[in-house]
Amino acid sequence: MERLFNFIYEYRAFFTFLVLELVCAWLIIENNQFQSTHFFNSSNRVAAGLLSFSQSTREYFSLRTINENLARENAELRTRLERELQVQALDSVTLNDSARVNQYQFVSAKVVANSTHLYKNFITINKGSFDGIEPGMAVISDQGAVGKVKSVSDHYAVLISLLNVDEQVSSVIKRTNHFGSVKWDGLHMRYSNLLFIPRHAAPAVGDSVVTSGYNAIFPEGVLVGIIREVNLKEEAMFWDIRIELAQDFGRLAFVDVIKSKLKTERDSIELTTHGEVK
Amino acid sequence: MNRSGVVQFVLFFVYVLVQVLILRNLVLFNTAFCFLYIAFILLLPIETNPLALMVMGFVLGFTIDIFYDSMGLHALATVLISYLRNYWLAAITPQGGYDSNSTATVMANGLQWFLVYSLPLVFVHHTVLFFVEASGFTLFWYTMLKIVASLLFTVSVFTLLQYLSPQRRRL
Repeated sequence: MERLFNFIYEYRAFFTFLVLELVCAWLIIENNQFQSTHFFNSSNRVAAGLLSFSQSTREYFSLRTINENLARENAELRTRLERELQVQALDSVTLNDSARVNQYQFVSAKVVANSTHLYKNFITINKGSFDGIEPGMAVISDQGAVGKVKSVSDHYAVLISLLNVDEQVSSVIKRTNHFGSVKWDGLHMRYSNLLFIPRHAAPAVGDSVVTSGYNAIFPEGVLVGIIREVNLKEEAMFWDIRIELAQDFGRLAFVDVIKSKLKTERDSIELTTHGEVK
Repeated sequence: MNRSGVVQFVLFFVYVLVQVLILRNLVLFNTAFCFLYIAFILLLPIETNPLALMVMGFVLGFTIDIFYDSMGLHALATVLISYLRNYWLAAITPQGGYDSNSTATVMANGLQWFLVYSLPLVFVHHTVLFFVEASGFTLFWYTMLKIVASLLFTVSVFTLLQYLSPQRRRL
């Protein structure tokens, strides 16, 4: 026994090294699992406070673009509102199912931290569980899909950006109605890939790719990107499609978190039928 | 805690703040990252206890991870170079050995020695960091490009910073 202790003591540096590296490896593996409520990430109050200070300094340099975007979004919303009002005036069909009419609720949030150059990029926003945000909610901006909520603290939340090699969004080519998944390859922050579009489909450059609404996280029809390159290898099962993302992640300032009221209901009925949540 | 201990303690926070407030936003050509924070580990006195070194490496890496949302990734890479550091220092001992209380800096041991010392360690750090982050070798050449670009960027920044540091006159 004494010899064992002597052995361990003699190689204590190596054993400490081993223990620390195992702890790190465990943390990495743990963190790769999808949704979680970790304390040790940038949704933690001190870290998020510091990052939001850094962001607010940088924001001064992009105020003009942010303003333009907000003004444009405002105008667009006003047009849509006007149109809706007119439609309502024309045919006064009343929808009784208020849950379906108000299926999606939007919470506006400011981006506190954002990265675009890593393989696994995350975004920190300044709204958390106090504003009703939960892991798994979808996040969009005025330009298109942004990502999913990964973890929340009281006042902040961390999102998995579409620019994350672990993230997949179920999408559909709007013109042809073929389903696929948008998955980033880790290379360029403006481009992503649309996978699993079968051979017999005919995607064309310029087609828009929107969310499919198949997983109840994203509402149907949120713009993800525009097809920029299509390629079909001989004997390949699927098309190689490169899309330009609708949202330029380099200049993300404000986002909307989407609360889906029917998500629990839909998940639970899918669970009872398939035995798993999609 | 003696005087240099206090200085190191303050330096720890300076490195973390510079990393997360400034360098986190600074990526050249989409590929060159500057992970200046590892200079904290590399520039510690040569005779630092290896156990203390690894614990500091872990705490430092873990703190950086919180801001990069990459649980354990920076900690893994930093603990690894903290472990290798002392073996590498022993392997490249100049003729006649190190002076007592010497630090592992350009001023104490010369530029050539410092590059021989820091380049492989930073290379190991970046290699582990980027390949673990990419979780595999699918993007091998692009990841290699990131590693080499970041290596050059990081090493140039902390080598140049040493010429600016106020400790220079005292050494």
